Amino acid sequence: MTYPDPLLDAAGVMVFLLLLTGAAVLLGRYLARLFFRERPPSIVGMLEAPVYRLLGIDPSAEETWRGYARDLLLFNGIGLAFLFVLLLLQGVLPLNPAEVPGFAPALALNTAVSFVTNTNWQAYAGEAAASYLSQMAGFTVQNFLSAATGLAVAVALVRGLSRRETDRIGNFWVDLTRAVLGLLLPLALVAALLLASQGVIQNLDPYIQTASAHQAIAMGPVASQEAIKELGTNGGGFFNANAAHPFENPSPFTNLVEVFLLLLVPAAVPFMFGEAIGDRRQGYVLFGVMLALFLGAFAALYAAELAGNPLLSDVTGIPMEGKEVRFGLAGTVLYATATTATSCGAVNAMHDSLTPLGGLVPLGLILLGEVVLGGIGSGFYTLIAFVVIAVFIAGLMIGRTPEYLGKKIGAFEMQMAVVAVLTSGVLVLVLSGIALALPAGTDSILNPGAHGLTEVVYAFASMANNNGSAFAGLDATALFYTLAGSIAMAVGRFVPIVAILALAGAVAARKTVPPSFGTLPTHTLPFAVWLVLVILIVGALTFFPIFAMGPIAEQLQMAGGV
Amino acid sequence: MTLRASLRPALVLFAGCLLVLGLLYPLAVTGLAGAAFPAQAHGSLMYADDGSVAGSELIARNVTDPRYFHPRPSSVDYNASGSGGSNLGPTNPLLRERVSASVSALRASGVTGPVPAELVMASASGLDPHLSVEAALVQAPLVAAARNRSAGEVEALVLAHRVADPTPFHPEYVNVNTLNRALDAP
Repeated sequence: MTYPDPLLDAAGVMVFLLLLTGAAVLLGRYLARLFFRERPPSIVGMLEAPVYRLLGIDPSAEETWRGYARDLLLFNGIGLAFLFVLLLLQGVLPLNPAEVPGFAPALALNTAVSFVTNTNWQAYAGEAAASYLSQMAGFTVQNFLSAATGLAVAVALVRGLSRRETDRIGNFWVDLTRAVLGLLLPLALVAALLLASQGVIQNLDPYIQTASAHQAIAMGPVASQEAIKELGTNGGGFFNANAAHPFENPSPFTNLVEVFLLLLVPAAVPFMFGEAIGDRRQGYVLFGVMLALFLGAFAALYAAELAGNPLLSDVTGIPMEGKEVRFGLAGTVLYATATTATSCGAVNAMHDSLTPLGGLVPLGLILLGEVVLGGIGSGFYTLIAFVVIAVFIAGLMIGRTPEYLGKKIGAFEMQMAVVAVLTSGVLVLVLSGIALALPAGTDSILNPGAHGLTEVVYAFASMANNNGSAFAGLDATALFYTLAGSIAMAVGRFVPIVAILALAGAVAARKTVPPSFGTLPTHTLPFAVWLVLVILIVGALTFFPIFAMGPIAEQLQMAGGV
Repeated sequence: MTLRASLRPALVLFAGCLLVLGLLYPLAVTGLAGAAFPAQAHGSLMYADDGSVAGSELIARNVTDPRYFHPRPSSVDYNASGSGGSNLGPTNPLLRERVSASVSALRASGVTGPVPAELVMASASGLDPHLSVEAALVQAPLVAAARNRSAGEVEALVLAHRVADPTPFHPEYVNVNTLNRALDAP
């Protein structure tokens, strides 16, 4: 039997997605209980009560959108400052058996912004540059907190949509605490132990020196970080090779576990939404849209890699540069699709070495704004911004007042939705343009020709959309990229968050009007198709020139034997 | 609330998270994994006859001896504290030249028949310890000749060392480190 077998792989992916959907439905219901009931499940209630006493807050006191945004920015600012200082000082702090020095200031800033914004862009090699203390108290902590922050914003938005005539959208401290205690920490603990049982290392040992093979083998507390890095769609590798490293992802089984973990919460949020607003069909539509785009992306990437590289005619099988044997073609493609559909950004293959059209798929998924499942929380709230735009355009076309879930969509809501959707695109285009105009930007390029353009655009796409994966040939350690990247990540994260919270506040204040003859139903197949088209058209129109000059041009060169 | 009033919950919550998520959680996983799965948690190490660490089962090592199976090429020279791939793009002439040179080297060492891509293309981690059965069988006659054993015997050893994994997608594959250890077994 020849390998790979596309039919068998397709069947495997279907079974995998079926299991994922089942788990997401159940988790979605649980999340609805966790965040939207009068009281959370009793165990969580017991755990959180002392936390609120320590914080000195009344958990039932809710905030306006401005107060919610203020608390969120303050908390993330503290996290940023702490991580920045920790990275600068790690050389003189404990738990540093490899005796790595502190980060240089620009790199420390870039890395701190990166982990606080859920991007996990890495301009350093983990095993060579970060101490165990930085990995645990720095990166692992922000892996939890940036994920919880994204989820909190999604929860606040759902509250806004499901309430009427109030200026309150929730309590940030409560949402964050519940996201950590009621969801991320217990799941991460179980996942970390499962991964450790399969060969993902977890220790505080010094690096091992082997006498015979002259190898220094990096060690560390990997499983605890691997679990939350996937679950929180963070994606920052403990090692430079990320989830391609055998100590992060040792087998085909752990590969599927990791893909499952990184898709789980983003897939559950639409179902949570359906439960919370009392209309499950609205959640099904959003999940269906995500799934359709996901399957299309998977198939395109799979086909591109299966077709291979005609320039390398003296070898057989799929091109294996930058891929690992154990994952197989479908396991590699599934990971690359999942990690860029969400904002995860972990990789189990080097995206820079994918075929040109293959590399276009992850780039395209990132540039669509990561709404295909998307980051934990952030994928959902960005998708809702697209829904608002889709409803508005449809309203203009058929001459009806745009409304969604009984909420009239006015000028302010539209402005906020457009800010949420277009911020990252503007960042990508402007910063890529600057990079290509300056020697400081082009000096970092590794691969010549059209591929080099893709490297630069991929970098800013990844940072502005808080993904974190890379066409890693690009030398991201150059001062230009660390500083421009810090801006891209911070603006790309927090401007949309504030816009979404403002949107949540605006719709919460509105009356809910019952559906009438003039209402555009948003739980139907035609609306789902319309939403897919709006997402693709916004993405394609914004970025088509780049796709044409980068990956598509390179594909034509490759096919032509240049 | 005001910004001032928010300072206490922000600072206390961050400090609590630092303690629980940054120390207790990873240390608890370290303790539990170390107790329940000590070999895996400490790197699936392999030991030489004298008790010294020979390497990790999961990490490829540089092999030059013709009596052993060779792992996939590494663009980081099998540096297990500096993992990574080449990141060469598909149309980069450097990739083509390197692959051609590797194919020529394999031919010179006596490999006949088709060359599986993985044997001449560097892995993502630079530490991939695995080979597809196909890529191992290509090497089997050379290993057998260097050891004065029959090719059939070595091929049988390859097939006996196929890694069992319950999930789909992967090709039939072997772990080069365990396969090479088995070659030396009496």
